[in-house]
This record gives sequence, structure tokens and C-alpha cells, in this order.
Amino acid sequence: MKRCDRLVDQGRRRFLAGAGLATAGAAATTFVSSGRARAATAPAAALVKYPANRLANVKDLRVGEPFDVSYPDENAPGVLLKLGRTVPGGAGPDGDIVGFSAVCPHKGYPLVYSAGDRSFNCPGHYSRFDPEAGGQQIWGHATQNLPQYDLRVDEHGDIYAEGIDELLYGRLSNVI
Amino acid sequence: MAFKRHIGRLPIVPANAKEHNVVCHYCIVGCGYKAYTWDSSTEGGTAPADNKFGVDLAQQQDAETPNWYAPSMYNLVRQSGRDVHLVVKPDPACVVNSGLGSVRGARIAEMSHSLPRGTQTERLTDPLVWRYGQMQPTSWDDALDIVARVTARVIAEQGGDGLFVSAYDHGGAGGGYENTWGTGKLYFGAMKIKNVRIHNRPAYNSEVHASRDMGVGELNNCYEDAELADTLFALGDNPLETQTNYFLNHWVPNLRGTSLDKKKAEFGDEPVAPARIILVDPRRTVTVNACETEAGKDNVLHLAINSGTDLVLLNALLTHVADKGWTDVDFIGASTKDFDKALAANRTSLDEAAAITGLEPEDIAKAAEWIARPKDGGTRRRTMFAYEKGLIWGNDNYRTNAAIVNLALATGNVGRPGGGCVRMGGHQEGYVRPDYPGPRPAPYIDKLLIEGQGGVHHIWGCDHYKTTLNAMEFKRAYKKRTDLVKDAMNAVPYGNRDALVEAIWGAIQQGGLFAVDVDIVPTKIGEACHVVLPAATSGEMNLTSMNGERRMRLTERYMDPPGQALPDCLIAARLANHLEATFRSAGKADIADRFQGFDWKTEEDAFMDGYHKHAKGGEFVTYDALRGMGTNGFQEPATGQGDAGTILGTKRLYEDGKFGTDDGRATFMETQWRGLQAPGKEEERKKFPYLINNGRANLVWQNAYLDTHEELVMDRWPYPFIEMNPDDMADLGLKDGDLVEVYNDTGSTQAMAYPTETARPKQAFMLFGFPTGVQGNTVSKAVNELVVPNYKQTWGSIRKIADAPEGVRHLTFKSKEYRAS
Repeated sequence: MKRCDRLVDQGRRRFLAGAGLATAGAAATTFVSSGRARAATAPAAALVKYPANRLANVKDLRVGEPFDVSYPDENAPGVLLKLGRTVPGGAGPDGDIVGFSAVCPHKGYPLVYSAGDRSFNCPGHYSRFDPEAGGQQIWGHATQNLPQYDLRVDEHGDIYAEGIDELLYGRLSNVI
Repeated sequence: MAFKRHIGRLPIVPANAKEHNVVCHYCIVGCGYKAYTWDSSTEGGTAPADNKFGVDLAQQQDAETPNWYAPSMYNLVRQSGRDVHLVVKPDPACVVNSGLGSVRGARIAEMSHSLPRGTQTERLTDPLVWRYGQMQPTSWDDALDIVARVTARVIAEQGGDGLFVSAYDHGGAGGGYENTWGTGKLYFGAMKIKNVRIHNRPAYNSEVHASRDMGVGELNNCYEDAELADTLFALGDNPLETQTNYFLNHWVPNLRGTSLDKKKAEFGDEPVAPARIILVDPRRTVTVNACETEAGKDNVLHLAINSGTDLVLLNALLTHVADKGWTDVDFIGASTKDFDKALAANRTSLDEAAAITGLEPEDIAKAAEWIARPKDGGTRRRTMFAYEKGLIWGNDNYRTNAAIVNLALATGNVGRPGGGCVRMGGHQEGYVRPDYPGPRPAPYIDKLLIEGQGGVHHIWGCDHYKTTLNAMEFKRAYKKRTDLVKDAMNAVPYGNRDALVEAIWGAIQQGGLFAVDVDIVPTKIGEACHVVLPAATSGEMNLTSMNGERRMRLTERYMDPPGQALPDCLIAARLANHLEATFRSAGKADIADRFQGFDWKTEEDAFMDGYHKHAKGGEFVTYDALRGMGTNGFQEPATGQGDAGTILGTKRLYEDGKFGTDDGRATFMETQWRGLQAPGKEEERKKFPYLINNGRANLVWQNAYLDTHEELVMDRWPYPFIEMNPDDMADLGLKDGDLVEVYNDTGSTQAMAYPTETARPKQAFMLFGFPTGVQGNTVSKAVNELVVPNYKQTWGSIRKIADAPEGVRHLTFKSKEYRAS
């Protein structure tokens, strides 16, 4: 995940210097409720119209290797990840392709992928997210789980993102 | 699938939105926030002139931007009877958090009462009374009339000792100076009640008695000291999780070395370096991992001590420091007494300590060097000592608390920059009350209630059912006693007040208990109560508190309380009014007269009657002055008025070397080791295989009284986790997320198994005070000599109950530790 590593270096330097870093993140997938009991929740609020963007082809992906993308625009970095097993929100023939914003929803630092336990980690304040569990925050400071892309794979293997399930860090509308 | 809000945009704060000062009402740190409100029918725009931030919001904002807010920072609430948009976001100008929001505080808005958006709709809106076999809404006058009449009857028959009170003593979270004064003036001033306990412990006592007895108030430094220290000594705390932004904004810069300029500016030619840190904790916490990430493993010493043996370690450190000649002789001579006596009594060798603590002697010696070996050129090493519930709820609280203060005093680290010997804190503080009229040790309230004593129980913002020790027995006894009264109330018409009071009194004579619960939400103990009174919380009333460096601020009211809810101080005042009327109509004018002085109309009236008149330096503090000082406020005690109506404060206590004893000298204390002090703990340790260590998680505030209605939290932790070594899980046939029973001779409870590679074998760690599995069920009733409970040293067995239920299967069970690569 070369680009993300670079972003992290950059992020850390700027963090230490107390300066800001231009980042963005993006997008998601909608899932069928598991049906478990849930506390009362706010109604689904303001949604926006998302573009359907081709991000990659399934042939571009290797198991366990993040593939850098951006969605819904070039200022919103994200990753596609082929996990090698069916997971929540997984697209493609094996249900194992997921896409996430690569920006921490806590304070906007770029996330680093750890292949060791397939997690996204934030060097800013140590938050962690699990791409195998819908971007659930394993531990951390964000009040959102990691925004995930709503992915569609067509008959040619092209992977499209068509929506995001949480607000992206640094923008009050996911589509700006 | 993990919880997602499916929100793609948020309303934009317009340029003309109202701005209010807010201090996070959850943990002790008290991060500064700003609340913005504006009419529900409008919003701002992306053009710089159209939004509060004056920037182009059509552009992606940078990391750490002040111009963005998460969905959890937004809501739609009532303000002066109208719907308004609400955004509560961290304040970059607050010196406490510098714009950081924790996973708790960044949810202030979402954890507010909103009918349109369906958040916190469980909040209490009306006084409720037991009527026709269930809780029913009624008016304030009706509810308070019953409470006053039953309370007066019980006092007439049983005396003041028939009234039991559970009342929080904290700031923030609906506490604060206004409200502690309200209940304090009522129960201690007017009624002289001694059967009182505090929200988190079963008596009216201090968690840090020893420090106070030695003349050292427990919040004696400032947060900047964590940036200035050479060494941080953290014992029984986990600040990344539980004092999050204090750690991130003040400890981490020192560990990274980014506070070096501040050190050089403060200390001139004195050698300075990035901090080293010693963490004393049986468990490897996420704090340990973060410290290693920032400072490097060579600068982090994690002393994974045998549970409950901290006292031995502290005595050995004192002995070694003294034997090496690393004490601050001048300070000891000028500002303390009884050092030699304490040193002789507490003498413990490295080997003795190693045998009991399970540590290596070399590591104890290394800790002593990091704490006190003089720096190059012979200058004194600056060490900050910070402790919390691992000590406070740990074995032999009084002596262990004294032992850490001994070490801090011996090394000259109280009242000095880069020093301090402080508790880290739970809630904010906000205490101003008349003196407690009871004895020391104070009565063990829960025990007396279990034994059938008392006739009426007033509860203010406490939930024993979730947070007390020996909780199963307490619940059994309490339910039985309160059910007697419910059955009696069912037997008479509600409208016949005289008959109702008579029936209640009859049940009390049979062992019954009449219970009144004042809270903001329905509680577990509230289910047993006969009257429930709805309270307002921070932001629904003006509220003052202070944080862990004694920084006092005013949270301004920015929304309406739900329904008929009132600030606690005004509930206390109205209860006092009703008690006065009840006693007067009974011809007891002398008693009635004691309830005068409760004519407050607003929380500001209570503040002026309480803090302004009674707190040290309170005469300089008013709401107007606090409003002007924003989210930075001042550090207590106030010492005067500065320019333009500001309040002058006190950065550190004891900088003059004068301590809180009669002669101004801090007193060293003898603190000999006596094993597991609380009766029965040693036997429990021998009998049961697992240490059931317990504590907090960053995501959950207190006993989850609001979080239990918050989907983000309940999605992650539908059941309390119990961190276990994977080999132990294999031994017990457990898979990720399986439900287990934790049990011992005291009681039993349930938890969700969470595999944790770093957990030591046979040492489990369970989330404390959680509604779907109360760890306190398994904590024995044993307390120390001052009735301080010992939650941490609990041993039990663990067995599987069931496979992970549906609500658990989607969860991640990966390690909580951050990985850099």
C-alpha cells in the first residue's frame, strides 16, 4: 500500500509539526440489517446523489493487497481490498472485495493497512478499523465506523462504487 | 454488519448561529466544546460568508480541521420551546483538548434528547409515581407531596437515621456545584442526615483519604506538568482510554519530545529530554502500547505487577530512593514531617518486593532510577505521579494511597513544575456542601439497607444495581423491601393521601422501604422505586464544574430539558419547600424552620447561595465572569479579580511549600504491607482460578446510562467484554464472542469472551458497571477500614453459557492494540 504509507509519513510529519494535512476519504455499501435488537435510532437522514464511478477491475486486485482508489472524487482517497473470503459488504464473485475510505473519521489522518491482522490503523491517535467487519472500529476515538463503499461488479469484472454509508471526514456533504 | 448511520450530509452552521460555551460533561478531563444552535427551518451555505467558519465548505477540509463535525456532533433539539439545529464540536482554543474530541465527548449532541431524531427518547419527562400497579406520570406538587409526607413520617417515627440518601458528589454529567450544593444544603444543612452514600461507593467517604490526611489534596498539579515531567509514573490508570485527551494532548507530546521547547523555556539550563514513563498495571493496556509507539520501548517500563501488590512496590521504591541518596532533603526538611519514621517502618528490600510483586528486582531498581536519580549536573529529576482506580478500588486503598504520596514527597515532586501526585479522576468535580455530619468511618449504607435498616431512601443520580459491590445480594434485598411497599400502595386508592401514607408506613414497619429516584433516565434501581423525579443535565441547565487540574468553567444552557425535568438543585429546593410545609402543617414549626433558604428560582440562585458564598475564593466567581472566560475558565481556587472582569486562579497547589495540615507540613505516613487487606480476599484468591480484573472502556461512559440508548456503543459492546488469554479460552472451549458465566461465592454475572494475546494466563479483565452483565455481582462485600470497596481484587471461575448470540456475530474480535505496520 505504497501511497498510504507515503500519506502516513506525510501525516506524521505534519502532525508532529502541528500543521494540518489535506486529506479526504470516502464511501460505502448498504447492508441488510442482521435483524438483531437495536436501540432506537435516528431515521436515515440526508442522503446525497452519488456518482457511479469505475474504480478498478477485479483482475487488478490481489488478495491481501490494498488497491488505491478515490471516491466520490479525487480528493477522497480510499482503498479496494480483496480479502480472500466472503465478508459483510463484500462484492464480486467471491463476495470478498470491499472498499473503504482511507481517512480516519476521528481527525482526518490517513490510515495504514496492516497486513498482519488485516486492519486499518491511524498513526494520529491509534484508532483501528476492521475491513472484515464492515469497517467496525476495533478500538479508537472515532464516533463512526469506517465509511464503506457500496460496490457493484459488472459482467466484465469492472468494480463500481455507487454510494457511501457514513459521512466522510472533512466534508459536510460527501459529494461536494 | 457494523452500525452505520447512512448519512451523506449534515446541515451547515450558518454565520449567525448562536454560540455557547460547553465543557464535556463526561470524564474528569473536561474538554472544551462549543455548541452552535440555529432555527430548524434554515441552514448556512458553503460560501465563506454563509457559514460560521468563514471558509469554503465546498472544499475538502484538512486533517484536524475546526471546520467539520461528525454526525454524532449534530442533533435537532428544543430551545426555548422551538426546534433548533444543534452542533456541539470540540473547541480548538481550549487549552485542555486543543480541538480534540474523545469518542465520548464527540457524541454530546447525539446523546441529547430529540424527539424528531429519536435520540435519548427514554429520558424522563415527568414525575412518576407508583399508581395502580405501575409507574404513572403526575405533577411535581403531587410527587413531592408524597415524598415529603412519607419522609416526614419516617423521621417522626425513626428519627433522622430512618432516611437513607444516595447522592452523587461529582461535577459534570448533571452534577456540578449547583446540584451538590442543593442536595448538600438539604441533607447536611437542614436535616443533618448521616446515612448517606456517594454514587460509586457505599459510604460517605473519600477515595483518597490518606492523601488528604497527609495534607496533600489529590488534584494538586496542572495538565501542563505532564508536558514538563522527566518521568511519568502511572499506577493503576489507563489514561488513553479513560482520560483520553489529557493523555493525547499533554502526555504524548512529552513522550514524543515535542514539548522540549516548553521544557527549555521553563527550566533554562537544566538538562531536558523526552519523557520516560513507568506504568504499573497487571494488564497490558492500550496506554502501554501507545507509550511504546511514541516513546520507544526503551523509554517505557511496564511493571506488570501481581494484582494488589502495589503497596510493596511503592515501599521498595521509597526505600531504594532513600538508600541511594536520591531524596529531596531540603524539601523534606522544610515542608514535611515524619520522614524518618515512615522510612523505617516501610523499609522493604528490592528482593522482598520482587518476591511479592512478581517483578524483577532490576526492574524495580530501574523504576527508582527513572523516578529519582539526579540528572546530569545533579539537578533533581522531575516525576509526575498519577494514579486512579487501580489504586483507589484496589487492595488496601488507604495505605497504598499514602505510599504513593510518600514517594512523591520524598522526591520533592509536589507543588513543583513537572511534578504532582494526583489522581487522574473519573467524573469532573463540582463539590460544595456543608460538612458531612456523620462519623468516620462512615456508615456502610448498602450493608445497612440489606440488613433492613431505614424506612425511606432518596437516590440522586446513582444506580447501585449496576455499580455497587455485592450487587446480587443488594438487589435481592432491595427488591424484596420495595415490593412490600408497592403491594401496600396497591391496596389503597391513590387519591386518599392519608390512607396512602399510612399504608406505606405500615409496610415500612414490616421491613419495607420507600424509594425515591431522581435521575435523567430510567435506571435499574429506579425499577424498584415508588417515585421517580426527572432531572435536567448539563446544557439543559447552566452548570459549573472543575476538571482534573481544577479548571472551572460554566457550561451554558443551550437546550431545554425534556418535559417537566428540572435541575437537581431546584428539585432539592422544591423538596425542601414541601418538607417545610409538611412539618409546619404537623405543628412542628421548629423543624419546619430548618428548611428555609430554599427560595431559589434558577440554578444561578443556587450557585450564588452555594459556591459564591462557601467555596474557597468563591467570592470572586460569578456566572458573568465565567461566561467571559469561555472554555478555558480559571484554575481553582480563585484568588482575585484580574483585568476586564477575569478571575485569577491557581496553577498548582502548594507551590509555596505549605500543605494542608495544621502546621503546614505534609506528613509522611507508615504504610506497612499486610497482604490482601479486605476480609476474605485471600481465601477467594486461593479458591478460584481466574483474576476477574475489571475497569473501563473508552467507548462507554460510566455505567452506560446514556450509552445504553446509543446504537454506536451497543453495536460494539452488546455485552460486557471479558478479555481472556487465548489459551484459557481454548481450555474452556470458548470461541470469540461466546457468552460466559463469571461466578464465585459472592454471585454470578455474564460477559462476552474477547481473545486477548497480551492477557496473562488466568487473568481476565471485564468491563465494569455494564447493564447487560454487572461485574459487581461478583465483588465481595469486603471493604477497607474506611468503607472503601475493593473491586479490582476479585477472583472467580468462568464457564461457557452459550455460543455467541446473533447480536455478537458481526463483531470484530481483533486486538485493540494499534499496529504501526
